[in-house]
Amino acid sequence: MSKHEHKDCHHLLSSLSDYVDGALEEQLCQEIERHVSGCEDCRIVIDTLEKTIYLYHTSAASEPPGVPEDVKERLFKRLDLEDFLPKAS
Amino acid sequence: MNTIETPEEFDLTALQAGDRAEFAQLIETYSGQVYRLALKMLQNPQDAEDILQETFIKAYKALPEFEGRSSLSTWLYRIATNEALMFLRKKQPVQVSVDEPLENDEGDERPRQIVDWCCLPENELMSTEARAYLDLSIQELPESLRAVFLLRDIEGLSTRETAEVLNISEAAAKTRLSRARFQLRELLSAYYAERLPSTAYANAGK
Ligand SMILES: [Zn+2]
Repeated sequence: MSKHEHKDCHHLLSSLSDYVDGALEEQLCQEIERHVSGCEDCRIVIDTLEKTIYLYHTSAASEPPGVPEDVKERLFKRLDLEDFLPKAS
Repeated sequence: MNTIETPEEFDLTALQAGDRAEFAQLIETYSGQVYRLALKMLQNPQDAEDILQETFIKAYKALPEFEGRSSLSTWLYRIATNEALMFLRKKQPVQVSVDEPLENDEGDERPRQIVDWCCLPENELMSTEARAYLDLSIQELPESLRAVFLLRDIEGLSTRETAEVLNISEAAAKTRLSRARFQLRELLSAYYAERLPSTAYANAGK
């Protein structure tokens, strides 16, 4: 394993979520990138954190929001709005 | 990410006067988002349906007091999230209050699993089983983290909107999102590490 000071790793952790969102100021980004180039563990943490978020975004995008027909029907009934229920095709 | 691009073209005056057609349109537009949030929050279709109904019943009653300080969608998310959190609280009466920013009880970002599973092929990362695991992992999050994660990373709200929905500061929303993401990273690492080719896995436990 690398011999660098691992206390830096902990110091950086709280910034990583902003970092992967691209919401971190330039100077901190550079600090992270400099650190990661010499720290395999932190590189893995960042990569897997990014991948984790990516997988959730992808799964959300692939199941767009919607309500099953029967659920929608009961919702409209509950609210006394049956007459506005779109006619089932 | 799913960003909400629905234009808010509702006639607020009509809505507040109890116009039923306009309210039906509001349901058409936003029920999908409310239902998905409830489903991911509670992981139970029947409970999610209850939350969905309660949300729109409450919204109908509360519309006259809606001041338009947030968007209608943020406002609906807020009602739905409160309903879901209240439901969870009733189910687990010993839980601490979800309103309080008890940062220390929500875990931290310290990584435990250091395994590089990013190289797994997409079809394995997103298999039917893996997707079910993604959903189950959300359930492992403490409620306050779960709500922030769902609003930000599943519903695609901004930090500001998420803070508004939960009535917390933007800084708190960011902190909770970070913790949620790190906790999910741990869970996913444990899951995907087992699916790595055996040679890679043998080297993984360092
Ligand atoms: Zn490091």
